[in-house]
Amino acid sequence: MPDDRMNSYRTGPDGRGRFGDFGGRFVSETLMPLILDLEAEYERAKTDDSFWAEMDFLWKHYVGRPSPLYFAERLTERLGGAKVYMKRDELNHTGAHKINNVLGQIILARRMGKTRIIAETGAGQHGVATATVCAKFGLKCVVYMGAHDVERQAPNVFRMRLLGAEVIPVTSGRGTLKDAMNDALRDWVTNVRDTFYCIGTVAGPHPYPAMVRDFQSIIGTEAKAQMQEAEGRLPDTIIAAIGGGSNAMGLFYPFLDDPEVRIIGVEAGGKGVNEKMEHCASLTGGRPGVLHGNRTYLLQDDDGQILEGFSISAGLDYPGIGPEHAWLHDIGRAEYVAITDREALGAFTLCCETEGIIPALEPCHALAHVMKIAPELPADHIICMNMCGRGDKDIFTVAKHLGVEMSV
Amino acid sequence: MTRIDDTFARLRAEKRKAFVAYVMAGDPNYETSKQIVLGLPSAGVDVIELGLPFTDPMADGPTIQLAGARALAGGQTLEKTLDIARALRATGDQTPIVLMGYYNPIYSRGVDRFLSEAKEAGIDGLIVVDLPPEEDEELCLPAQEAGLNFIRLATPTTDDRRLPKVLTNTTGFVYYVSITGITGAAAAEASQVAPEVARIKKATDLPVIVGFGIRTPETAQAIAEVADGAVVGTAIVGKIAEGRPVNEVLDYVRTLADGAHRG
Ligand SMILES: Cc1ncc(COP(=O)(O)O)c(C=O)c1O
Repeated sequence: MPDDRMNSYRTGPDGRGRFGDFGGRFVSETLMPLILDLEAEYERAKTDDSFWAEMDFLWKHYVGRPSPLYFAERLTERLGGAKVYMKRDELNHTGAHKINNVLGQIILARRMGKTRIIAETGAGQHGVATATVCAKFGLKCVVYMGAHDVERQAPNVFRMRLLGAEVIPVTSGRGTLKDAMNDALRDWVTNVRDTFYCIGTVAGPHPYPAMVRDFQSIIGTEAKAQMQEAEGRLPDTIIAAIGGGSNAMGLFYPFLDDPEVRIIGVEAGGKGVNEKMEHCASLTGGRPGVLHGNRTYLLQDDDGQILEGFSISAGLDYPGIGPEHAWLHDIGRAEYVAITDREALGAFTLCCETEGIIPALEPCHALAHVMKIAPELPADHIICMNMCGRGDKDIFTVAKHLGVEMSV
Repeated sequence: MTRIDDTFARLRAEKRKAFVAYVMAGDPNYETSKQIVLGLPSAGVDVIELGLPFTDPMADGPTIQLAGARALAGGQTLEKTLDIARALRATGDQTPIVLMGYYNPIYSRGVDRFLSEAKEAGIDGLIVVDLPPEEDEELCLPAQEAGLNFIRLATPTTDDRRLPKVLTNTTGFVYYVSITGITGAAAAEASQVAPEVARIKKATDLPVIVGFGIRTPETAQAIAEVADGAVVGTAIVGKIAEGRPVNEVLDYVRTLADGAHRG
């Protein structure tokens, strides 16, 4: 285990917010002073015990942390190879990992005296988490959501409105997560004084990728300790699904300097990663570019125009990926693969049947890759996958794909 | 000295204010867009801001978003955007052209290749919205090296502490964004803009041009009275969106230019 910082994978980002060549602060001048303020406040909070005391208290009593590390026994038997553990972040309050990060950002917003919170959302999980924490603290909340996602994630739209948030359907572009993020940035540039932009993944300008990673790292930190307790050692392989990459970064980060741990990120392969580009696999099928404040791998055409992603899962439907993943990919510390819609649906069904867990479509991508590799691995190989969300929000989508009629 | 520097030196000598017009390259289609650009100098435009379409224009309101979408749907590319500049230069016209857009299409092209092509096409300066001074090594410094101006935006959030950072490495002129917000949103107020322009002028000898939220000849005049010039974008793009013929668009531009020139 490298303990001198020269050999560590956990020293990024640098002073310019870069992970290698990725990341940075590609924002308009209007926003630049705001992200510098945020960075300064985050740096202060990071070393402030009272900040972490508040986080720990709320993680425990409001979110329900620690989330269990669960040995999926029947699934393991069915796959007939490696031992499969699930980190049960779907059991968090609001049903996904998103709230880990939202709590941190909202506490920062309160420290900064901001009274209005804006967020973008794809599947609606980040929007629900933001609306939830805003309700708890009595803050005004505005959520931008692609019009297409408003339609396919209707239950979450209703949840956000129950929680008092204003949900604004975004019709620009193709009406998905990327377009919601554009409109959230346009809002922020307009309402600079009172508004805090709560980004839902490890993307955006510095300091967001590092800050969101730090808040989500509770996942990996817990998993590491829990695995020690359960097995007396580290897992051999850790696997997580990637939209922007926050649940994955949260699981991966505490393991980066453990070279014996194999790290696999799973992108959404949609209808298949080919020249038709009907997928969201930025690392597998994209190239470096600049969007939403950072340099990273993007789905784009030859002229640098951004392409719309495609996935059955609204939470993975983003044409980029967090810059730290782009860096981990290029230096080879983590591997990235793609799983198709069809494979993810197969994992959904299997998980319901063997474990009594209805998973969100996002972690089904991670699970589908587990299904691919576990059978080939020995029984003493330990896999830990991040079950980062539950499937309540997805049952209508799944029903449609399974050919079942359901009236809402 | 670029054509931008020459133009402002001349305007200063003549004690005139600048009128800067923004149009989106390729909107509503390549041919019409080219005809509009070719007509801008005789409509009284001192500096042309040529929009480089991008799928994700984060600083733009609906009018310019839609213009970009129309251009892209019509097959507009970076190459064809440079072709519009080439077409103007082919007539011998020396009106400065500032390419305005976002970084990714430029980065995708490759910075060095882009700079030499832009220079050859007759582009004089660049405004790249998502490149703040913190990212100067990306394009700003190489652009200056290549002999292009790099024009930076100063905004209401650029306080006195930050202003020097924004002005360093800015050349050609300073573009003061009169509002916090996206293009085409709020209306600029000359009374609020005046002290801000004065604040910037205390810190630089560069001309200070004001844009965002100027939609009428009257506002153009009021703003030009307190700055070195005014930019109109959304209002012109809106006229183009209405499907007006080229001569009508240019007549409209002339009324705006006359407004600014009265300032
Ligand atoms: C359950 C779940 N997993 C994963 C994601 C993707 O985001 P990230 O890659 O940042 O974890 C989402 C996004 O909405 C989600 O709801």
